[in-house]
Amino acid sequence: MGAVTDLLQGFNTALTPANLLYAFLGVLLGTAIGVLPGIGPAMTIALLLPITYGIDDPTAAFIMFAGIYYGGMYGGSTTSILLNTPGESASVITAIEGNQMAKRGRAAQALATAAIGSFIAGTIGTLLVALVAPAVVRIAVQLGAPDMFAIMVLAFVAVTSVLGSSRVRGFASLLLGLTIGLIGIDQVTGQQRLTYGIPQLADGIDLVVVAVGLFAVGEALWVAAHLRRSAAQVISTGRARLDREDWSRSWKPWLRGTALGFPFGAIPAGGAELPTFLSYVVEKRFAKRPEEFGKGAIEGVAGPEATNNASAAGGLVPLLTLGLPTTATAAVMLAAFQQYSIQPGPLLLDNEPELVWGLLASLLIGNAMLLVLNLPLATMWAKLLLIPRPYLYAGILFFASLGAYAVNASTFDLIVLLVIGVLGFVMRRYGLPVMPAIIGVILGPRAEVQMRRALQISDGDLHGLVNTTLSVSVYVIVLLLVLWPLVRRFVVRRPADVSA
Amino acid sequence: MTSRRTFWMQGRSEIGVALFLLALGILVLFDAVQVRAGLGARGPVGPKTVPIIVGALLIVTALLLTQDVLRGGHGEPESGEDVDLSVASDWRAMLLLAAAFLANIALIERAGWPISGAVLFFGCAYALGSRHYLRDAIIALAMSIGTWYLFAVGLGIGIPVGILKGIL
Repeated sequence: MGAVTDLLQGFNTALTPANLLYAFLGVLLGTAIGVLPGIGPAMTIALLLPITYGIDDPTAAFIMFAGIYYGGMYGGSTTSILLNTPGESASVITAIEGNQMAKRGRAAQALATAAIGSFIAGTIGTLLVALVAPAVVRIAVQLGAPDMFAIMVLAFVAVTSVLGSSRVRGFASLLLGLTIGLIGIDQVTGQQRLTYGIPQLADGIDLVVVAVGLFAVGEALWVAAHLRRSAAQVISTGRARLDREDWSRSWKPWLRGTALGFPFGAIPAGGAELPTFLSYVVEKRFAKRPEEFGKGAIEGVAGPEATNNASAAGGLVPLLTLGLPTTATAAVMLAAFQQYSIQPGPLLLDNEPELVWGLLASLLIGNAMLLVLNLPLATMWAKLLLIPRPYLYAGILFFASLGAYAVNASTFDLIVLLVIGVLGFVMRRYGLPVMPAIIGVILGPRAEVQMRRALQISDGDLHGLVNTTLSVSVYVIVLLLVLWPLVRRFVVRRPADVSA
Repeated sequence: MTSRRTFWMQGRSEIGVALFLLALGILVLFDAVQVRAGLGARGPVGPKTVPIIVGALLIVTALLLTQDVLRGGHGEPESGEDVDLSVASDWRAMLLLAAAFLANIALIERAGWPISGAVLFFGCAYALGSRHYLRDAIIALAMSIGTWYLFAVGLGIGIPVGILKGIL
């Protein structure tokens, strides 16, 4: 019952006129930026971070972020439906069916089922976060250094093995991130590492600069090098709407998608890529007319879109209770928390109850605003897709520079931004996934502190890292993930041979 | 520029990524060796341990990546809404973008953001193929002056006004 009163208290915080305005601004900006082609939710948040620097009250800033978070995700699905090629891996599935629907003149229905599905999944997901988070915190406060270190190792391994096609490239990306995280003064002894006597490096490289560099500058440079010269085909749409048959075909996929997405979002399994794919497969199996799949089946949009949003909500559980980001978007959110010197983790709920519950209430409010806003405004958002590409990418670099400069008012940060941007370009060019790098930058230093703490307690005995049941079980999972290719070779070979 | 040729280039130039990882690994190890534990050292694990692990793993990854590339593996270049992978990298656009970016770095504290930001936007738009000079310039100035007002005046964030001080 505690969660309900706390959440009501959160609504108390969120429903002041000023905070409602922040939520509305967040939703509007998030959708507008997120709908722009090539800008995924992570980049949306990274680019809009500087706007919140001027807001002194962290609660108000995070209420705005809540709107940006869901708004950016919704904007992304609009892009994939009307433009086909998706901005992020989690929208790949939406793009398949959604764009087919749009091509057959059912863009309005595709957008509507995505919007309503996102609303339902986001609402249920956020309520689940409110229910689950306090329970997780009760467990999390008992976790010691060895447990936290093991969980972080799991996050590292999961993000490199589950995502992407090449594990060695994922691992290379993670190590690049860990190396960036090493730069600066060692938190325990105060020794400088990899700073080469440059005073600006002593405090380490600001997370915002890393995030904006990898996501915004890297992406803009990469697209610039391969800019499509012919104009992209945008499918025009009317007001988003659903008829009776669409409703009856959509509501079950929405709920199934929510059930599938939330747990996947809450574990470090590489975000929404896997569950959206699973949702697609499930919906195809349950569908009355599976032959429509691949040609624009509404179930194939409704399910994966709900999954995507539920997974984003689920990702808030490890983020708020353990300080553990499971997606690139959550990682950028974590950077935003650290900007306000707030450390998400087991103590957050006790230390900042107003912020956490206000944030959750705002997510619910923002979600409702999105639905009201986006059903009638779909036509307007679609127009944003026609923005001339030189302006779009010039604008990204413009706002990236502005944001990186605003962090510390230092031109040195702009040089770092360019260097990291070039790194982001090279990573995209050679298929190194970006997400392990950002997770490495954020979790690397914290994993080091936990490891050293654990070994300090055990006086240097390596046994100190595995002296709890939880840490041992987590390492077993890590081992399974690492050895998975070997296991799969034995298990999957036979059916593969038969089909070949 | 046939696709087979770009594929060949891709396969070989990826060794460069492995070399970069190798060099970085050596750099991190070299730096780690020079770090002293210091007076504030507590516990058995000093500030050297993690850099040594990361450096060593970088070198191992470099070797594994080399092996993968030599066996014919290659990283999939990222696709996207506006990305056309069938054309070769446009190096001219890249260099122009970098020039616009550096111009902003050089100018922001001397001339101020309203000017340096406009140069950045105009330069980037030019690099990406926009040739509506007048329209570009108007948009660029509107963006840089508008964001200056929003950030410096509206939000109270220190963005340099530079030589336009007193005018804006």
